[in-house]
Amino acid sequence: MRDAVAALVRDGDTVVIEGFTHLICFAAGHEIIRQRRRDLTLCRLTPDLIYDQMIAAGCARKLVFSWAGNPGAGSLHAFRRAVEKRDPPLELEEYSHFGMVARLCAGAARLPFWTLRDYMGTDLPTANPRIRSVTCPYTGEVLATVPALNPDVTVVHAQRADAQGNTQIWGLLGVQKEAALASRRVIVVVEELVDQSVIRADPNRTIIPGLAVDAVVVEPWGAHPSYAQGYYDRDNDFYVGWEPISRDSAALKGYLDEFVHGVRDRSEYVERCGGLDRLRAASRVCAGVNYGY
Amino acid sequence: MATVAARELRDGEVVFVGIGLPNLACNLARATHAPRLLLIYESGAVGAEPERLPVSIGDPSLVTGSLMVCGMADVFQFLLQNGRIEVGFLGGAQIDRYGNINTTVVGSYDAPTVRLPGSGGAAEIAIHARRTVVISRLSRRAFPDSVDFLTSPGHRMRGRTRADLGMPGAGPVRVVTDKGILEPDPETGELVLAALYPSTTVDEVRAGVGWPLRCRETLREVEPPGDEDLRLLRDVLDPHGLYLRS
Repeated sequence: MRDAVAALVRDGDTVVIEGFTHLICFAAGHEIIRQRRRDLTLCRLTPDLIYDQMIAAGCARKLVFSWAGNPGAGSLHAFRRAVEKRDPPLELEEYSHFGMVARLCAGAARLPFWTLRDYMGTDLPTANPRIRSVTCPYTGEVLATVPALNPDVTVVHAQRADAQGNTQIWGLLGVQKEAALASRRVIVVVEELVDQSVIRADPNRTIIPGLAVDAVVVEPWGAHPSYAQGYYDRDNDFYVGWEPISRDSAALKGYLDEFVHGVRDRSEYVERCGGLDRLRAASRVCAGVNYGY
Repeated sequence: MATVAARELRDGEVVFVGIGLPNLACNLARATHAPRLLLIYESGAVGAEPERLPVSIGDPSLVTGSLMVCGMADVFQFLLQNGRIEVGFLGGAQIDRYGNINTTVVGSYDAPTVRLPGSGGAAEIAIHARRTVVISRLSRRAFPDSVDFLTSPGHRMRGRTRADLGMPGAGPVRVVTDKGILEPDPETGELVLAALYPSTTVDEVRAGVGWPLRCRETLREVEPPGDEDLRLLRDVLDPHGLYLRS
């Protein structure tokens, strides 16, 4: 992870660490904090705790997003302090989920923009002048448009990949495929590195082809406190516990000192958490299919 | 509120489920009068049958045993924009006279006093779901005359109607509160009081609304939750009181 971030994430980059609740790569976020990257434009549908931590650590210049909260548990207070008190200032570019999804679709298709039937009657296009419209050349209907998002670097967490980066994901897919294919550089972080024969045995499960991947990092528990279906559950207690930490900037700094700067890598982090075995997934293996012909 | 919201759902309908009370309402409906309700979560789980109460809309229990799991580009383009969603649930920090919802900021956008999470999928659910049900506790702060920021459109936006703006869905047909149910006036789109909970008064509802609230000519009385509803909610669906506070 240290080498991948050092080689592929640069100051001033537009960075996407995706994953919708599932497969959010905290390990990569922590390494970016440790390497003290600055002036990043951070993009995600749901900034989640990982971007709250990166904002608090001073990595972010700008946030591009569609829903910034701690689901069911409260707020992202480092984000709120930055917006409400300009402590520190943070530029915002805000969409809805559909808008962010559409931006990544355009980026992945290498088109300049994407059209969607959305935003009529809302204040979002006033708040964000990059939400515009186009008249359909076939029907005359006016449709909303959003510009392509082509990140400098995208980090995707996944269950498994081979050494070439052929990446398999199951469970919630989020926008992992679109984000990876929209990006100039791609880091795939996996729970398990597998032999290519495992990938070839079930090719329909490959979400990102190795041809789009620049680095494969093997990092078990790399998504904690997010989760990896079939590997470990979401640490809901951690999300609830984040509310008082995030609310108090001194407590948040203390957290970063202990769990990010105070550890060398992910395995030390897991140790510092006192082990995470309590979250290990139960077994619900599916039957598999016949690929014969 | 969870029971009242559950009654809005008919068996076999396709519902876009949000987290919190809507999630509880949908699972209560599925356990009672609507066993064939199809639950779709914006995270990509279609036909979810969670074996535990999901803490978030991305909970792993939504995947296990569901009918389909797809990416979010498919959910928003090929299910929601495609017109497949019959009911959407929405909530918000502010709901105004015309059912417009604010989940973005309190105060001005550039210098807000409170920064809220933002739209998420709410703007497009409000536009595309064939009808929406809004759930919120009554208070003057939550029900102002006009929202500070219009995140999710209701029935009249700066004087323009849903039809003027070409919106596919019918918008909020019910606003379920803790004291009564509001519904849009068919002519103007303004929310009016349509039903009262037992032992609440019109004045109590008016005290929680920031505009001169009008009433339907005949007010319905909301039936209280049955014993079986309460048992399911308290003992089965939310035994740890994650979403139920009273």
